[in-house]
Amino acid sequence: MVYFIAKRLVQSVFVMLAVAFLAFSLFRFVGDPITQMTGVETSVQDQERLREDLGLNDPFIYQFARFTGDMLKGDFGFSYRTRQPVAEMIATRIPATLELGIVALLISLFVGIPAGVYTALRPRGIATQTILMLTLVGVSIPTFVIGIILIFFFGVQLGWLPTFGRGGTVNLGGWETSFLTVDGWRALILPAITLGVYQLTLTMRLVRAEMMDVMQSDYIRFATARGVPMRRLYFKHALANTMVPVITIIGLQFGGVIAFSIVTESVFQWPGMGLLFLESIRFVDIPVMGVYLVVIAFFFVLVNLIVDLLYVFIDPRLRIKDVS
Amino acid sequence: MLAFIKRHEGLWLFTRSPAVMIAAIVALTIIIGAVFAPWIAPVNPYDLASFSLMDGLLPPVWEEFGSEKFLLGTDDQGRDMISSILYGARLSLIIGVSAMIIATTLGVGLGLAAGYFGGRFDAIVMRIADVQLALPAILTALLIDGIARGVLPPEMQQDLRVVVLTIAIALSLWVNFARTARASTFVQMNKEYVQAAVMQGQHPLRIMFVHILPNILGPLLVIMTVDLASAILLEATLSFLGIGLPADSPSLGTLIRIGMQFLLSGEWWILWIPTLFLIALVVSINLLGDFLRDVFNPRLR
Amino acid sequence: MLRVENLTVKFPSRFGDVTAVEDMSLAIGEGEIHGLVGESGAGKSTVGAAIIGLLQSPGYVSDGTLMLGDTDLRGLDRFAAHALRGKRISMIFQDPQTSLNPLMRIEDQLIETILAHEDMPATAAKKRAVDLLEEMGIEDAATRMQSYPHQFSGGMRQRVVIALALCTNPELIIADEPTTALDVAVQSQVLELIRRLADVRKVSFMLITHDIGVIAQIADTVTVMRRGKLIENGPTAQVLGHPQQAYTKQLMAAVPPLDRKIARFQVPEEDGLAAPGKSKGDAAEAWLLGGERDVPIGLTLNGINVAFPGVRTSIWRKPDAYMALNDISFDVTPGSVMGIVGESGSGKSTLAKTLTGLIKPISGTMTLGGAPLPGGRARSRHHPSRQLIQMVFQDPFSSLNSRHRIGAILSEPLWLYGLVEDKDARRALCADMLGLVGMAPEAIDKYPHQFSGGQRQRIAVARALLARPKILICDEPTSALDVSIQAQLLNLFKDLQSAFGLTVVFISHNLSVVRQMADDVVVLRNGRIQETGPSEAVYQTPQADYTKRLLELTPTMPSAWRA
Repeated sequence: MVYFIAKRLVQSVFVMLAVAFLAFSLFRFVGDPITQMTGVETSVQDQERLREDLGLNDPFIYQFARFTGDMLKGDFGFSYRTRQPVAEMIATRIPATLELGIVALLISLFVGIPAGVYTALRPRGIATQTILMLTLVGVSIPTFVIGIILIFFFGVQLGWLPTFGRGGTVNLGGWETSFLTVDGWRALILPAITLGVYQLTLTMRLVRAEMMDVMQSDYIRFATARGVPMRRLYFKHALANTMVPVITIIGLQFGGVIAFSIVTESVFQWPGMGLLFLESIRFVDIPVMGVYLVVIAFFFVLVNLIVDLLYVFIDPRLRIKDVS
Repeated sequence: MLAFIKRHEGLWLFTRSPAVMIAAIVALTIIIGAVFAPWIAPVNPYDLASFSLMDGLLPPVWEEFGSEKFLLGTDDQGRDMISSILYGARLSLIIGVSAMIIATTLGVGLGLAAGYFGGRFDAIVMRIADVQLALPAILTALLIDGIARGVLPPEMQQDLRVVVLTIAIALSLWVNFARTARASTFVQMNKEYVQAAVMQGQHPLRIMFVHILPNILGPLLVIMTVDLASAILLEATLSFLGIGLPADSPSLGTLIRIGMQFLLSGEWWILWIPTLFLIALVVSINLLGDFLRDVFNPRLR
Repeated sequence: MLRVENLTVKFPSRFGDVTAVEDMSLAIGEGEIHGLVGESGAGKSTVGAAIIGLLQSPGYVSDGTLMLGDTDLRGLDRFAAHALRGKRISMIFQDPQTSLNPLMRIEDQLIETILAHEDMPATAAKKRAVDLLEEMGIEDAATRMQSYPHQFSGGMRQRVVIALALCTNPELIIADEPTTALDVAVQSQVLELIRRLADVRKVSFMLITHDIGVIAQIADTVTVMRRGKLIENGPTAQVLGHPQQAYTKQLMAAVPPLDRKIARFQVPEEDGLAAPGKSKGDAAEAWLLGGERDVPIGLTLNGINVAFPGVRTSIWRKPDAYMALNDISFDVTPGSVMGIVGESGSGKSTLAKTLTGLIKPISGTMTLGGAPLPGGRARSRHHPSRQLIQMVFQDPFSSLNSRHRIGAILSEPLWLYGLVEDKDARRALCADMLGLVGMAPEAIDKYPHQFSGGQRQRIAVARALLARPKILICDEPTSALDVSIQAQLLNLFKDLQSAFGLTVVFISHNLSVVRQMADDVVVLRNGRIQETGPSEAVYQTPQADYTKRLLELTPTMPSAWRA
C-alpha cells in the first residue's frame, strides 16, 4: 500500500513538472518578454542589458530551474497587460472560482448519483425514460446555452435572480466568500446550476452504467439466491461496488468543472480565474496564461491524488495482499 | 427484406427505436443542408455585397413585419438567418469533422501501437496522455489558440483561423481515442487469433491494422460520434467566447454570441434560431452515439 | 421433496420464442444427490434457474408444475418467492471468486444471510456462522471470518460459498458446475463435502454439470438432458453403465476412459459436415505428403527456465521473480505424440508459448530437428521454425479472427511462407483442406461466427496444416468443447497424426484425454516436471506422489458399472 501511494506521488510530481515545463516554454518561445515589457522607446542596448539582468541569456535548464523555484516560492512573475504580480491577480480570483466549482460539483453529485441509481434499478419505467431523454439533451446543450436560457428565464422574464456578478460577498481574512449572504447565494445559484448540469448528466450516466454492470455480476446473483433482502442488495452490495470506479471519474470531473467554469464565468461575468484567463488570451498575456495552466494542473493533480487515496480506503483488495 | 434486417442485430434495433430514427433523419438533414449550403442557401452571408443594413432586424415570416424574402428573419447587419445558419452549420461541421478525423487517426494510431508494443513506448504515450488529461479540453483548445495568436504574424491570423481551431480541438480530443484504443488493444492481444498471427511470424503492422483494428472498431465508433458532438460543442463554445470564428465568417457559436446581444431587446430569433439548430444537431449525434453504444454492449439494454 | 413436471421454459427473441427447456420432469428426494448432466445448450442451468426463480430475463416458465414439498413454486408472488430463496432452496455457482462480494468481510456476508431469514441476536448468528465454517473444514474460523474474499484461496472460497448456501438450513441446494473451476485435489474434497452434507444433514442437492466423472463419483440419481429435453434418468450406475437411449449411449462412448487406452472413439460424424459427393480432401492430402518427403523431426528442451517479473508491492524491496518454468527438459521423439499434463498454474501454457517463441526463457536451450531453436524475440519472423511449428489453441471463439472470412484465415500461411503462389490455387487448396478436416468446402466464404465450437476447431486445425508443419502443438484443443465433439476431434487428431507423421505436443489438464492421445507423457506441477516416461507406463504404474494423487483423485466412472 505504501508503495502504491509513493508511486502515485511520483506520477503526480512528474505531471506537475511536465505542465510547468509547458508553461515555461510558453514564456520563452511565444513572443518576446523583453519587447512586451519595455515598449518601443527603449534602446537596443538597454534591452540587451535587461535581458542579461533577467537571466534570459542563461542556458535553458538554468532558466527552467529558476522558473520552477520561483513558482514554489510563490513568485509568479508579472502580467504583461496590467504589470501587476500574477500571484496577486490569481489569488484574488481563486475564491470565486472555487466556490462556484464546489457548489456545482455538489449539485452534480447530490442529484446525479441518486438519479443514476434510480434509472439503473428501474430501467423500464416512464420516469427513467424521461430522465434519460433529459440527460441526453443536457449533454448536448453547450454550457453557455444553458447559462443563456437560465438568464433568460430567471433573470429577464421572471426577474427573480441576478444575471451577472457575484453580488454581496463577505471578506473572511482575505477570502471573499459568497456563502455568508443571501445576496451572495442568489448570485451563485444560476451559475452553479449552469456549471453543474453538464457534470450532473455525466455523473448520472456513469453511475447508471456502472450500476447496471454490477447488478449483472455473480455475487449479486448469489446474494439474490440466498434471499438477501432486495433493499440491502441494492445499497449495501450493488451501490458500494458501483462507487469504487465512480469515485475516480468524479476526480477527473473536477477538472472539467474548473475548465467549464471559464465558459460559465464568461456568460455570467463571474469574476473568477476563468474570466481572467480568457482576458489573458485575448491580450496574449503569456505570464497569466502560463500560471493559470500550472494552477489548474495543480488542483487537478491534487484532487486525483486524494481520490486515489480514497480508493485505497474503500477497496480492501488494494489494502490487503491478494492470497490467490 | 425483413429477414435481412432481422439478421443484422444493429439494423433491427435501429428500426425498433423511433427516437433514434428521428435523430438520424434530423442529423442527416442538417448535414446535407450544411454540405450543400452554397447551392441551397438563398444568399451567401459572407459576401459583403449580398446584404444591406436596410434589411436589418427583420423578424421571421410569420411575424408582423416579416418578409417572405427572409423566411427566418435577418440579423442586425441584414443577413438572412437561413443562409447564416446553413453556412454556419457548414463551418461548424467542417471544423468538427476534421478535428474528429485528425483526433481519431492520431489517437487510434498511438493507442494501437502502445497496446501492441507495450513497454517503453506504451509508458511514454501514457505519460503524455496523463499530462494532457490534467488540462481539460477547453483549456487545451484555448491554449493552442493563444499560442497561435502569439506566434503567427497578424496578417495570417484571419486566414488560418479555421486551421488553428481544428488543430486545437483535435489535440484536445485525441487522448480519449488513444486510451480506448489502447485498452481494447490490450484485450485483443490476449486473444488467440493475435497470438496465432504473432506466432506465425506476421509483420507487426499487418497484425495491428489487418487483424486487431477491425476488432476494436466497435467502441471506437461510439467515441467517434460522441467526440464529433464534443468537437462541435467545443468549437461553438470557443466561438461564443470570442476566440473562435469571427463575425464575418460565423459558425453557429458565433451566431449565438451575436444573438446574445439581443437577449433583452426582443429580437429573439437572432439568438434562439441558431441555438435551436445547434442543439438539434448535437442531440441527434448524441442519440446516435448512445444507440451505437447500446448496440455494441448488449448487457446494458 | 422436489417435484418437477412438464417444465417448459421459453425465451422471446426477435426470431420468435426460443424453447430452452421442453417438457422436463424430475424428482429429488430428501438427502438425495441428483445429477443433471448434458452438453452445452442442454438447458441444465436453465432448469436450475427456473426452479429457484432466477431465470435471466426475458426468459419465462411457460408451462409445468414445480412443487417443493407442498408449496407450488409457480404460484408464489414476487415477495413470497424471494422469501423462499435461501430459506428453503439455495443455489451456488461455478466461480467462487466472483460469487462473493469483494468489499464485504466473510463474517458480514454470513451474518446478513442468516439474519435475513431468522430472527435471532447477532451473536447467535455469529456463532452459527463460526460453527458452520469449521464444519466446512476452515480452521480457526472465528478469526478467518474477519477476512475479505480475496484473502482466501480458490478451494477455501468455494467452501465459504457452500457455507453461505447452507447457513439458513435449506432443504435443497442447486449447485451449478460447483467444481469445474477447481483443481483436482480441491475438487475431490468439495465433492466429499457435498456427499457428507447430503448423508448427515439430509440436504438434497441438484448437481448440474457436464462432467460425467463427477456425476459418477457422488450422484445417487442422474437425469440426462439434450437440447432442452429429457433423454434418460434413473440411478447413476444404471444410466451410465447401461444406458438405454441412443444419445446416452453415444455420450458414454465419447467419454475418454482413464483406466485404459482405446484406439478410436466410437462416435458418429457430426451431421451436416460431410456432404455427399464432396472431396475428402484428397488433393490436400497429396499436397501435404508431396512437398518434402522428409522424415518427421523431433523437439528437445534442455534446462529451460522461464521467469516472470514479480508484482511490486514495496518501495524498499525489489520483488522476487516468479519462476513459471523450472529446469524443464524433455525429448519429443520424431513422429510421436508427447502429452503434457498439469493443472492450472502448472506452467503448461507458458511452455506452449515458449515453444512457439512468444516467451523467451532466461536460460536453457531448445532444438528443432537437431538445429538450435532460438527463444522469444531472438527468433526472427523469418526463422524456419515459424513454419515448421504450428499451434492449435484452446478457445475456438477467439483463435479465429471473427472479422475475417474463413478463406482469408486459411490462406494466410500459404502466402506467408510462399507455399502456393497462385491465388486461385490457394483457394482450391484451402477448400480441399476443409474437406480433409471434415468440413464442407463451402465454408470458405463464411465467417467464424457461423460455425460451432467444434467446427471452428477443425478450421483451426486446417489452418495449422496449411503451413505444412512438422510439429503441431495442441494447447488444450478440446477443453472448451462438449464431450461428444471432443471425441470426434480427438479421432481427427489421431487420423491426421498417423497419416502425415506429425510430431505432436498435446497439452491438457484432462488426464483421460492425454492417456488416449499420448505416446509419452510429462507431468507438470508449479513449473517443474514431476514425472516423465512412456504414457502407458506412467498411467499404469506412476512413480511420483503427485501423479499417483492425480490419478486417484480424478473422478471417473467405475469400470465395474460397464459390466
